Amino acid sequence: MLLREVAYAKPESLAEALEILAADDGARALAGGQTLINVMKARAGSPDTLVDLSGLDDLKGIELGADGTLELGAMTTYSEIIASSEARARPILGEVCAQIADVQVRNRGTIGGNACTNDPTNHLPPLLAALGARFTIAGRGGEQTVPAEEFFLGVYLTAVGTGELLTKITIPAGRNDGFAAVTLGVDGTCVVSAAASLNGSARLALGCVDAVPVVLSPSSTDPDAVRQAVRDTALDPPSDVHASSDYRRHLAEVLAVRAIEQAQRS
Amino acid sequence: MATSAVPTERAISVTVNGTTYDREVEARKLLIHFLRDDLDLTGSHIGCDTGNCGACSVIVDGTLVKSCMLLAVQADGARVETVEGLAAGDELSKLQQAFTAHHALQCGYCTPGMLMSATALLRANPSPSDDEIRKALQGNICRCTGYWNIFEAVKAAAE
Ligand SMILES: Cc1cc2nc3c(=O)[nH]c(=O)nc-3n(C[C@H](O)[C@H](O)[C@H](O)COP(=O)(O)OP(=O)(O)OC[C@H]3O[C@@H](n4cnc5c(N)ncnc54)[C@H](O)[C@@H]3O)c2cc1C
Ligand code: FES
Ligand code: FES
Repeated sequence: MLLREVAYAKPESLAEALEILAADDGARALAGGQTLINVMKARAGSPDTLVDLSGLDDLKGIELGADGTLELGAMTTYSEIIASSEARARPILGEVCAQIADVQVRNRGTIGGNACTNDPTNHLPPLLAALGARFTIAGRGGEQTVPAEEFFLGVYLTAVGTGELLTKITIPAGRNDGFAAVTLGVDGTCVVSAAASLNGSARLALGCVDAVPVVLSPSSTDPDAVRQAVRDTALDPPSDVHASSDYRRHLAEVLAVRAIEQAQRS
Repeated sequence: MATSAVPTERAISVTVNGTTYDREVEARKLLIHFLRDDLDLTGSHIGCDTGNCGACSVIVDGTLVKSCMLLAVQADGARVETVEGLAAGDELSKLQQAFTAHHALQCGYCTPGMLMSATALLRANPSPSDDEIRKALQGNICRCTGYWNIFEAVKAAAE
């Protein structure tokens, strides 16, 4: 498919990238391209300028702090996370990344791109929300770090504004995590997903039931209490060809319990 | 139309199957079109043009990718391997011979992508398990549904 004409820049520093983005509000970051190239093919979006982030060392790499905190550069690919010994400090990360699509998509798609897309059917937004991830956003005025609740704002919409970039995702220490989803085929996109983390108190995030991951804190990990906590959020999920709103509400309860159970076993 | 000072064309240098090509390309050109239309390397196919079928799979700097999901400019400076580079002269690779021996192609449309995915697998993991073979081919669709024979061919080449 021939894309609409587009300019292309491959900056070598974060400052340079931010400058190009600030100079042109039709400029857009290009990470793994595994969503954006399709968006451009479908003419659902036609940026004037693509700012290729692959040359920015500031956005790469995985660091494990002495206290178990993980820092993942926004440009880290799913395959890099799966292969990383540091990322194994939080095993659920590699486990869920291995459920995204296929080898080729995993070799290109990035954790930052997945979060910035905030497609409700994507795997990582609910997972990152459950893990208590924090998102560092850089702009020409400096940088700010926000929690998931302030990062995911709507379908395809996050706290990353025009002229800004997500630079890294920070995940606190912990091990007892779970993820469960009903997907379109093995390793396909999610119809409903649930992620759980039991480090300290229980934290659940539900995906594909609202525009953003729905975060809740069940009072106990008992299956009935978890189901009740999901019911108490009074979800009003969308209906589409894959599932009715009622069925999604049902799946949210079932998957929440499964995610919690996996977290208890891990 | 782009209004910024950032150019819409770029001079790139890409090494494909050992030959270096210096070309001026439009930024909007997908790598698959660069390979097929500019370099006349028509072995890699376009099936879906949405990143789903894997017919366009090639190896870029040692990494398996779908070349319809990448711009040619993103491959600047890279070493690209396509199906045309698998055989040594007239001598088919062990994997290609196994595809022949096991009737792993019917219409052949998916074959170049299957071969590149299996080549990437066997390089990283010379003795894959059955499940590892299946997982490695997950991104490649065979419209003729000849998956069993493709699986057998990869298994034979691995042994
Ligand atoms: C066949 C196929 C199957 C897929 N299946 C799944 C699946 O099962 N689960 C799943 O979760 N995903 C799936 N995806 C989507 C895939 O995971 C994408 O990689 C991901 O959604 C986007 O990441 P990317 O790095 O490719 O980003 P890009 O496509 O490059 O960018 C996506 C958007 O985010 C913006 N962006 C990216 N990085 C930054 C940054 N650092 N700062 C600011 N903005 C940024 C871009 O400007 C763009 O708007 C699939 C994709 C394909 C092609
Ligand atoms: S043509 Fe590229 S994945 Fe189908
Ligand atoms: S042999 Fe026909 S598509 Fe696979």
